[in-house]
Amino acid sequence: MQIDFQHSMAAHCENGVTANLLRYYGLELSEPMIFGIGSGLFFSYLPFVKLDGIPVASFRPLPGFIFRRLTKAFGIKTETKKFRNPDKAMEELDIMIDKCIPAGMIVGVFNLTYFPAPYRFHFNAHNIIVYGKENGKYLISDPIMETSQELTYEDLKRVRFSKGILKPKGKAYHITHVPENVDIKKAVINGIKKTCSEMTGFRGPLIGIKGIRYLAGSMQKWPEKLGAKKASLYLGQIVRMQEEIGTGGAGFRFMYAAFLQEASTLLNEDRLWKLSEEMTETGDKWRDFAVRAGRICKERYKTTDSYASVSDLLLEIADREESVFKNLKDIF
Amino acid sequence: MKKDQVPQDNENLLDGKTRDVQYAIDKDGKYTTVLSLGWEPKNIVMKQAWNEINSHVEDAREEVIAGKKSPLFYFMKKNMMGVKLLSEYSGISRWKVRKHLKPKHFNNAKISILDKYAKALNLSSTDDLFRIGK
Repeated sequence: MQIDFQHSMAAHCENGVTANLLRYYGLELSEPMIFGIGSGLFFSYLPFVKLDGIPVASFRPLPGFIFRRLTKAFGIKTETKKFRNPDKAMEELDIMIDKCIPAGMIVGVFNLTYFPAPYRFHFNAHNIIVYGKENGKYLISDPIMETSQELTYEDLKRVRFSKGILKPKGKAYHITHVPENVDIKKAVINGIKKTCSEMTGFRGPLIGIKGIRYLAGSMQKWPEKLGAKKASLYLGQIVRMQEEIGTGGAGFRFMYAAFLQEASTLLNEDRLWKLSEEMTETGDKWRDFAVRAGRICKERYKTTDSYASVSDLLLEIADREESVFKNLKDIF
Repeated sequence: MKKDQVPQDNENLLDGKTRDVQYAIDKDGKYTTVLSLGWEPKNIVMKQAWNEINSHVEDAREEVIAGKKSPLFYFMKKNMMGVKLLSEYSGISRWKVRKHLKPKHFNNAKISILDKYAKALNLSSTDDLFRIGK
């Protein structure tokens, strides 16, 4: 049984799954549009949440947010389910396939057999779509992969019930109803507003622009506080979070700039085009940051004096982004 | 980033299995997508992370050879797991896992227990649990 389903790639898995599911139901939206409307641009630095003993900076909202916000914005109805019993979860998937309903699901990548080995960490928030079953194997549309993939029953069950932080528990979701008319313009405006308020309006020092500044402040102290080796591991983790698969490069800034271009055309608003250019510049700055940070990491833990310079660069990025989001907010 | 600046620094970190989608500007200033084989700063930090993991694995191997830890400790590290995660994947309680990290207890573990560990650690047989290489 195979659903007539079109696979396409994306820079970020959740955008890609959302785009591919919507296309199946006749709503064609680009990845940047989904990212923008779903308010996927985000920043948080949580020094007390540690991954392998190293604090986490996140360039994305919690898994599932983009899909939920986007479907809500369009009045699209969805159904999401978690399972306790793995075999039951697989049984229900088979029923969905028989009904020609492509199913989105959250999986862990550690045991995801087709995934590039160097990326197979214990990361449990990857999104894929299962769209069919052929010769006992499940057909998988994974937005990170160039072509569609296959998984055996056991392998799929295993990744759906991966263990550790943010266990997916077989979580599966699908679309049940798409309204005939959707107001894209309104959704775009609301999405922009939401991102502006998240990046500039949160209380406390750890979220949005303030979070970038907080990170810059802590970073400066790393070499002295942690020693050269540990400091470079901390810095490396930030760059990995920024550039790893699924973040779209330079912490999503280019994708957001692409969204602002599309929004500019859609809403016939030139100021958005201008702000898209400024957003591109901040993306380029994030790339500079990665280049310089990478150099520090590569120098085999010897240098400590360059932390001040990458920290300054982050502060500059924070200033620029603050101005972009303030100007964006003023348009609407 | 301009379209022709999208880096193609291939160090095979994508395993030849796929490429990254990158958003970049074309000559008319409009955004488009380009597939990338990799980018140096990213390659550096990825390799840094793996070097760190591999050095932990090597340390674990030495401790096993020195008789301080059971081979289970080595395979746990190799799978980037801690006691908690190994316990979740194997279904064996945490205190038992901790016990089995000691050579004495591990050598006396029942075959059914070893079987659970082998499955959790992606080994094809329980014999592999005793082969740490080198």
